[in-house]
Amino acid sequence: MYKYDKLDQQIVDERVAQYRDQTRRFLAGELSEEEFRPLRLQNGLYIQRHAPMFRIAVPYGMLSSKQLHKLGDIAKKYDRDYGHFSTRQNLQLNWPKLEDVPDILAELATVEMHAIQTSGNCIRNITTDQFAGIAPDEVIDPRAMAEIMRQWSTFHPEFALLPRKFKIAVSGTKQDRAIVQAHDIGMEFYVDVAGKVAIKVWVGGGLGRTPILGSVIREHLEWQHALTYCEAIVRVYNLHGRRDNSYKARIKILVKALGIEEFKNQVEAEWAHLKDAPNTITEAELARVGKHFEAMPYENLNAHDSNFDAAIASNPAFAAWVKRCVHTHKQAGYRAVTLSLKPHGKAPGDASSEQMHVVADLAAQYSFGELRVSHEQNLILADVKLSDLYNVWEKARAAGLATPNIGLLTDIICCPGGDFCSLANAKSIPIAEAIQMQFDNLDYLHDIGDIELNISGCMNACGHHHVGHIGILGVDKDGSEWYQVSIGGKQGNDASLGTVIGPSFSADEMPGVVQKLIDIYIKERTPEELFIDTVRRLGVAPFKAHVYAKNEEIASV
Amino acid sequence: MSNLIQLNNDGASIVENTWVTVQLPPSNVEARKQAGKVVQFKLTGEDTVTETQIADTVIPATGKIIVPLSVFIARKDELLTRISNGEVGVWIDTHEVLADLANNQADLNVLPIIAVHVERFADGRIFSLGTLLRTRYGFKNELRAIGDVLRDQLFFLKRSGFNSYLIRADRSANEALASLKDFTAPYQGAVDEPRPVFARYNRSA
Repeated sequence: MYKYDKLDQQIVDERVAQYRDQTRRFLAGELSEEEFRPLRLQNGLYIQRHAPMFRIAVPYGMLSSKQLHKLGDIAKKYDRDYGHFSTRQNLQLNWPKLEDVPDILAELATVEMHAIQTSGNCIRNITTDQFAGIAPDEVIDPRAMAEIMRQWSTFHPEFALLPRKFKIAVSGTKQDRAIVQAHDIGMEFYVDVAGKVAIKVWVGGGLGRTPILGSVIREHLEWQHALTYCEAIVRVYNLHGRRDNSYKARIKILVKALGIEEFKNQVEAEWAHLKDAPNTITEAELARVGKHFEAMPYENLNAHDSNFDAAIASNPAFAAWVKRCVHTHKQAGYRAVTLSLKPHGKAPGDASSEQMHVVADLAAQYSFGELRVSHEQNLILADVKLSDLYNVWEKARAAGLATPNIGLLTDIICCPGGDFCSLANAKSIPIAEAIQMQFDNLDYLHDIGDIELNISGCMNACGHHHVGHIGILGVDKDGSEWYQVSIGGKQGNDASLGTVIGPSFSADEMPGVVQKLIDIYIKERTPEELFIDTVRRLGVAPFKAHVYAKNEEIASV
Repeated sequence: MSNLIQLNNDGASIVENTWVTVQLPPSNVEARKQAGKVVQFKLTGEDTVTETQIADTVIPATGKIIVPLSVFIARKDELLTRISNGEVGVWIDTHEVLADLANNQADLNVLPIIAVHVERFADGRIFSLGTLLRTRYGFKNELRAIGDVLRDQLFFLKRSGFNSYLIRADRSANEALASLKDFTAPYQGAVDEPRPVFARYNRSA
């Protein structure tokens, strides 16, 4: 992974000093609440329901063992011994003190970490596929470009105060796992007919209050121009995006108002001036950054391991885990492992300090000292030998990190919700926990098969509920908490947004509602058909009819 | 005590303000919300300057003046001599369109100063306007930020091509000076240093 040089280190060190002084001035009354707000937000600090919430950047989801150990230490020293991994691959602390944040930043800087632009109206953490560099279906490893874009976007002076937040995702695989179509800018890397690396650029996607999938603004962009083309897009947005209404301020609203053709014309006109400007990426810079993402020093291994095969045959629990949590790898004899942060009945994405240390040790011992955070809020060991899987499983299981539910109904994607977040309309974690307990039967979960359930506590959609096969949205009705259910959303190349099935439900009703949706699926599915496929084939109607049927009618089904 | 910071060869200092900013009189027409035209979607919610306001604007008879863009365009004939004497600058609001200035003043460098007025410090359009004035329109003279100008935005203003900053009256310009030096070696190319960090340093060493 990327290692800082003196210049990178200097920037984070200077950032610590700058923010320490800003905090001092705020506490001394020299900065008003309103003036401090964008400063602390661009440093990841929200003022929340109980305490500030502090979001630490994990650029494109990559972490080293050393960094995760430090995060575990910080969660213990400054928080309540745990942290929450978010859908932007970042780590959030729920209970830090505002006064402590400069010290936390100083500790982070010692392990090449920061909280720069993890919130606020600026370019946020750039996200990508958690299997970048190792996925068999990968065409281009996008991490070097993601790092170059991270540096470019860090304190970009022209884009320091945009109309609203701005999210960029990069992807280099045949099967998109970075939801590029749900981002303000999505960059899909591919090899063009001339054999050169090119980018298909999507713009104007986003979830939130007005969910929209992005439009293609350019089918073919040579990689050298990634930064200047983004500058053209963000400049048009910065100048013309709405600033009078924060709900209408995302780039997707501007793209929709102008139409993609007019927006594209404006961007291309701007880019005509910016093309080949000094921010054009050089071969040398791509090579320098790319060195940090070269393949690990893999051993030459057989594609099979007899001990592994024997363990699979003799140990059903291990076999179940391998089936769900172990993923193919481009290198023979290696696998990627997902450590589930979704044990049944616990807040999705949460990890204790102790678990962070366990994972950091596992990464150090079995996976070249590195790990990744997925946007599904799990942790990934990317390079584990087949022969080590059994040991990894035993250790992970002992730490509660081996629930074999990855991709299943209980692998719920969930925002912190009303328990923590001051923006939320409703709690989300207790809903996730109740659903996990309703389906606390692994055989049944495996029978239901691959399905994605996403929960957001408000229309800001941090839980990405629009692209969940089942999406749950917390809504406020006259001061009480209700839940709106949609089905048919999907991430990936054939992304779609879910359709709301009808009036919302109380918290108590939610496990039963999900159960009814699953019942219809089980009844109607063809062999090999996943939940999402059944929904796409049948439409919403039969699901809706069953969920809203009166009780006596259900009894007669 | 002046609250004007100006960049100079070896840093920045606080200098006397020799320019008078000419204000538009308040509008007695209710603020109109313009429906966003296709190209100028941004005008939504911004007040429109009325012809009465332009006509009623009091322009001082002598001295160096910075006039509002709308007044500069509508009443240029009154100002021609003073423009050629280098006594007239123009200020624009962040929602105004630079092409309107350029279409009415072929050579911007006839103006000794252009100011951009930022009503709320969080309005980042000022950074794009500064960048465009320097890089697209080739403006070389003094570029000043006025209005809700605070120290925590100074570094970005400097990088976006502004070389003078009228700090909001209730804040210390002296303390603000420090923020111009927040970062030693920023990553990306911008107006003040067009080369990105990878073109300035040998980073593979």
